[in-house]
Amino acid sequence: MNSRRLFYLLPVIVFGVLCAFLLRGLSLDPSTVPTALADKQVPVFDLPPLDSQTKGLASSDLVGEVALVNVFASWCLPCRVEHPFLMELADNGAFALHGVNYKDKPEDARAWLDELGDPFLRIGADQDGRAGIDLGVYGVPETFVIDRAGRIRYKHVGPITQSDLEKYLLPLIRKLSR
Amino acid sequence: MKCWFITVLMVVPLFLPGAIAFENDAPLDDPVLESRARDLARQIRCLVCQNESIFDSDADLAKDLRQIVRERIILGESDLAVTDYLVARYGDFVLLKPPIKPKTYLLWFGPALIMLFAGIGVVRFLKRTGAKGRHPEALSTSERKRVEHLISGEEVD
Repeated sequence: MNSRRLFYLLPVIVFGVLCAFLLRGLSLDPSTVPTALADKQVPVFDLPPLDSQTKGLASSDLVGEVALVNVFASWCLPCRVEHPFLMELADNGAFALHGVNYKDKPEDARAWLDELGDPFLRIGADQDGRAGIDLGVYGVPETFVIDRAGRIRYKHVGPITQSDLEKYLLPLIRKLSR
Repeated sequence: MKCWFITVLMVVPLFLPGAIAFENDAPLDDPVLESRARDLARQIRCLVCQNESIFDSDADLAKDLRQIVRERIILGESDLAVTDYLVARYGDFVLLKPPIKPKTYLLWFGPALIMLFAGIGVVRFLKRTGAKGRHPEALSTSERKRVEHLISGEEVD
């Protein structure tokens, strides 16, 4: 093939590349913002317990074992949707499941947990949302996967679904627990 | 009369005060610092309603972020330090104007690059066809004869 023919093919190639990018764009969700904290140490925070029935959550509690930190609120409807999955994940032995109660009234959160069950080992109350901002939370529910060294390895935005669990969360947790 | 009424209906909204979320917060005492907070808020994306700045947005998170911007300005931080604080937590996406860095070179300079290549292509094309156009091949004697015949309307043998 001579160079002239290649030159005429160039627009076709450019168009093809453009199409490939646009096609990829169709399957991306623009509302999901990847966490800026990926593979970084969990920011330092120390949240008081939600109430006397639970323990508070500090960043130092997240070192030493694989942990899932779920940011939730009683006013958050999608949290109610994902709650059964969290109940399934509770007391599994492989990792610790902790909660951050985001901008909520403690009594509302407790009533919510009484109704749906409490899967969390620790629940930190983030009433002013500052720890949430340090974690880069922009919409509840969000779920962080944290490795033994206390680094954020993954953040899931939105309610966890069965396929999220099977495709991303559980395989990653298994890998980190090895 | 009807036309006059419609004109008034259309023009009056232009002078109504806009609902700006930024104005609903307690302002800083120092007007200079407050205007810095205002400028910064205009540059920061509300993560909840993503194409709005925190200056415009009524979202709860936007309100918290405005509060953080004001607090950090009072602490004497530079504008860059304030935006760096937010970028560390939410990534470059929190800035409405993407920063210029190797990862975004294509975004910033891509259009200029495309224009450059297109320009080169156009210039080359015009040079080639233009050169031909300016110096057309002269007609041969027989061709000239044929043209003359065609113009005069006589048949050529």
